[in-house]
Amino acid sequence: MRESALSRYGLRFAALGYLATIIVLPCSMILRKTFQNGVEPVLDALTDPAFVHALQLTLVAVLIAVPANTIFGVVCAMALVRGNVKRGAWFFNSAIGLPLALSPVVVGLSLILVYGNDGWLGTWLVENGIQIIFSTPGIVLATVFVTLPFVVREVVPVLREVGTDQEEASWTLGASRWQTFWRITLPAIRWGVAYGVVLTTARALGEYGAVAVVSGRLAGQTETLTIHVDEQYLRFNEVAAYTTSLVLALLAVFTLVAMNVFKPRAQEEVADVDSDSAGNEALR
Amino acid sequence: MRAGGLSLGISTVYLSLIVLLPIAAVVAASLEGGLAAFWDEVSSPPAVAALKLTFVISLLVVLANTVTGTLTAWVLVRDDFRGKSAVNALIDLPFALPTIVAGLTLLAIYGPKSPVGVDVAYTRTAIALALLFVTLPFVVRAVQPVLMELDREMEQAAASLGASPVTTFRRIILPNLMPAVLSGAALSFGKAVGEFGSVILISGNIPFDTEVASVHIFKAIESDDQEAAAAVSVVLLLLSLFVLIGADILERRSRRHDA
Repeated sequence: MRESALSRYGLRFAALGYLATIIVLPCSMILRKTFQNGVEPVLDALTDPAFVHALQLTLVAVLIAVPANTIFGVVCAMALVRGNVKRGAWFFNSAIGLPLALSPVVVGLSLILVYGNDGWLGTWLVENGIQIIFSTPGIVLATVFVTLPFVVREVVPVLREVGTDQEEASWTLGASRWQTFWRITLPAIRWGVAYGVVLTTARALGEYGAVAVVSGRLAGQTETLTIHVDEQYLRFNEVAAYTTSLVLALLAVFTLVAMNVFKPRAQEEVADVDSDSAGNEALR
Repeated sequence: MRAGGLSLGISTVYLSLIVLLPIAAVVAASLEGGLAAFWDEVSSPPAVAALKLTFVISLLVVLANTVTGTLTAWVLVRDDFRGKSAVNALIDLPFALPTIVAGLTLLAIYGPKSPVGVDVAYTRTAIALALLFVTLPFVVRAVQPVLMELDREMEQAAASLGASPVTTFRRIILPNLMPAVLSGAALSFGKAVGEFGSVILISGNIPFDTEVASVHIFKAIESDDQEAAAAVSVVLLLLSLFVLIGADILERRSRRHDA
């Protein structure tokens, strides 16, 4: 079918126009608003101790949530795919999908109801002098909750496609399960894991709703970067709010680049194996 | 116990501690005063107004997404122009950009000090704009791969038999895309119903007017009314579960379609 040039340009114009209105134009405002009074106030905002602390706290949350969910993601994917879980699959599918579908505010509330002073573990935590809500552990828990699904969801399809032929060969040749995992399985799924890690990191850096509920919003103590944006905006420090936004937006651009590098490779892992196994079948 | 059993056990414990235990606490809190109390909270006028607003706007946004998302996917797959790969990468920006930043930038361009002369701040239109921003990737990313795999011979056959491009699209292409469109739409709906960060700055959060469900829950938490917060949360939770299962079924069906 040959589309007429007119309809082709029309469709292109409509799609690009829509993207410009919804994404490009708004995002271009970040730069404009950040530098509205020149460079000086931007530097002030970047050296503000509250900003520096927010950056550190965000990094702490990322550095705990990303490794934890990466290890969980790989272990869980191995268990689901290699253990050939069938009967409990719906349970895992919905439990893993929930953090994606659930409102971040509900995530925050759920943590308060478990770890808050009146929560299920509240009395025990108070007696032992452990504070989780309105403190760093609460922020970390919220971040771990919302970023849980990404690695496991990326690794499961790759692992399924990779198959067990090479692993079985490795066992027959006397390798232990542990050796097989490190030398055979992990290299085969590495780009899938990497793509999942990128998604996890992006979500961890940018989480707002769940953290907003459990953070307590104390500048220099429990403010992450996203909370800092909100607080500075509410205090009419527009430049500080947009400067922090710009930092987050630049991180988002890095994410996009990384996504576009890793995603095709992760898909290739699947495709490579496809052609391999087709070849094997032909040999048989 | 097989070696796989251990990792399955660890995964189950981790999932239970991080996700299921907190969610169980929400359900328990919502039922603390019994079913009648739960119903009173959920059917209180502000809660009903917030839930209704959220539901209706999300539905409209998802409808818009099915059209713009399919259109965008079409242009990205079938058209060719300079900078196409950059545009393709841009589709994921709403996922990568923190929602609070999205809200702030939307307020900057479509708010009181708008440089383009459009001020919709603190209206329902503003909520719709924010939701359109955050849900943009879902339908595009669901439709794109299916469209890429689609067999062009059917279209050529239809065209050679005298079908117009519109008829071909409606009768040949659309039925093939439908499962993917619906699965993307389900995911958009799930995201829209729970959205908080991008909405909070631009919606004004006026009860009975522009207060969405997540903001309603947030306010209830802030005023220490955990039972009310939990009750409305459970409604959102049920919606999420419903959407999850729906998307799962549709995804399976769409995969069967391209196999």
